[in-house]
Amino acid sequence: MSDDTDLIVIGAGPAGMAAAATASTLGLTVTVLDEQARCGGQIYRNISENADKNLHLLEILGEDYGRGHVLAKEFAASSVDYRPGTTVWQVGADGAVSISCDGKASSIRGRHVLIATGALERPVPIPGWTLPGVMSAGAAQTVLKGSAMIPEGRVVIAGSGPLLLLVAQQLAAAGAELTALLETTKPGAYLGAFGAAIGALKAPEYLRKGLDMRSRVRATGMPWHTGIRGLAAEGDGRLERVTFLDAGKRRSIDADVLLLHEGVVPHVQITRQLGCDHEWVEDQRFWRPVLDAWGGTSVDGISVAGDGGGIGGAGAAAVAGRLAALGIAHRIGIMSSGERDTRAQSWQAERSRHLAVRPLLDRLFRPNPEILAPRDDATVICRCEEVTAGQLREGVKLGATGPNQLKAYMRCGMGPCQGRLCGLTVAEVIAGARGKPVAEIGYYNIRPPIKPVTLGELAALDG
Amino acid sequence: MFKRLPDAPAETVILDFDGRRIEARVGDTVAAAVLAAEPGHTRTTPVSGSARLPYCMMGVCFDCLMEIDGVPNRQACLVTVEDGMIVRRQIGIREAAE
Repeated sequence: MSDDTDLIVIGAGPAGMAAAATASTLGLTVTVLDEQARCGGQIYRNISENADKNLHLLEILGEDYGRGHVLAKEFAASSVDYRPGTTVWQVGADGAVSISCDGKASSIRGRHVLIATGALERPVPIPGWTLPGVMSAGAAQTVLKGSAMIPEGRVVIAGSGPLLLLVAQQLAAAGAELTALLETTKPGAYLGAFGAAIGALKAPEYLRKGLDMRSRVRATGMPWHTGIRGLAAEGDGRLERVTFLDAGKRRSIDADVLLLHEGVVPHVQITRQLGCDHEWVEDQRFWRPVLDAWGGTSVDGISVAGDGGGIGGAGAAAVAGRLAALGIAHRIGIMSSGERDTRAQSWQAERSRHLAVRPLLDRLFRPNPEILAPRDDATVICRCEEVTAGQLREGVKLGATGPNQLKAYMRCGMGPCQGRLCGLTVAEVIAGARGKPVAEIGYYNIRPPIKPVTLGELAALDG
Repeated sequence: MFKRLPDAPAETVILDFDGRRIEARVGDTVAAAVLAAEPGHTRTTPVSGSARLPYCMMGVCFDCLMEIDGVPNRQACLVTVEDGMIVRRQIGIREAAE
């Protein structure tokens, strides 16, 4: 099979859009595959539509979101073969990418593949998180960006991280009835993180934004509890109330909607399926693919740009996309290493500026140990197969040493999400039960297809 | 579970959700359109039969699985609405589509 294109980019968020536009300017033929109907990824979801037609919503979503419009315009003006609504269900180390679009499967091959599939929200396994009425905070933001809708009734938003506060503030600005903001971050964390704040002074705009966001949330007047513990969703068949420990006292708030968030983690499904080397990031409690300076993975011809390679945010992701494009141009022989390095200099400087704030954020918003490995045995960890923390620990007692054995014993990770929503938690629970570091416990083996594909689609492949 | 802002796109399409006629807006995903129509739940699980609604809305959790125009196991948060679409709650386990 011959190559159809120089570069296949998977994902049209900030990293994918910037990489595709840059690579095409450098003279590469580029095909962009994106699962979503419109470009922007999650962070800039629906940006072109909203910027053209919905200025009030654009104002609610804020200027960082609006910045995506510049990138989306650059992407739209570039001469890339952009295929929205296209699901990737297998990537081969030879550059062959199996896709599905409008119910038809096919395959396309690139000389190089860039994975720009970004991040997903860290799973927040609390008692009751599968009840109707409970969803992730990012999900509510997605509906706001995509459909100009807000959650109805009494809304409680809980967890930690910059996105939690941003979504709280955006929903309040859009008119949602926020009954409470429950932050698991302890007030003392802000003092403890002071040392890390000094490095962040390299990019003071991030610090300013963070402070500004806190004061905007405060200005809404929504009740705001910090350092809460023991969060639980309760109700008979649907969410009725949220309970939590505030300074050691159990409290209860009636709610129609609970939005959960505990930060974001790299979406590693494709790099895992490819067998790329991954490393465990101890303080951030996630896996990321091992990458060289240009985003190259341990598999030749496969690169990663953006949050899929480690969390840096939208600004860092776009620059990583441009740097990856330079690296790929050099690898396929159309750019000398000298030219690559010269062109890369300003982007590398820009990237380190964006990343300067990360040690502070990582320190401040350390994932809550209760969320990483729930102690309550009845809490569901695998949402698809409904496997509880207690069953996982039972499996460890029976002799399972890692996620793949536990999968065979208990079916965790065997449902349609293929461990996306339980893989990290399962490893943490095993690590806790065995008294070993997560880095030794490992992760699920991910096998294709990584997205559902029908038998009919498979049968029609290659006649 | 969700309501539209006055800013929402105006152009409407009509879906059939488990026999109920619901109004969606052009550009909605099926999952978003259904969330605006007080669905109660959109699937029940194969294991315990418990009720679920979409959780992540970005294609990773698979809790929004519904039957759309006769095809089961569709991720409704990744499908854009079209006028006349027939959407069904997904009850329990479904065989892989042919």
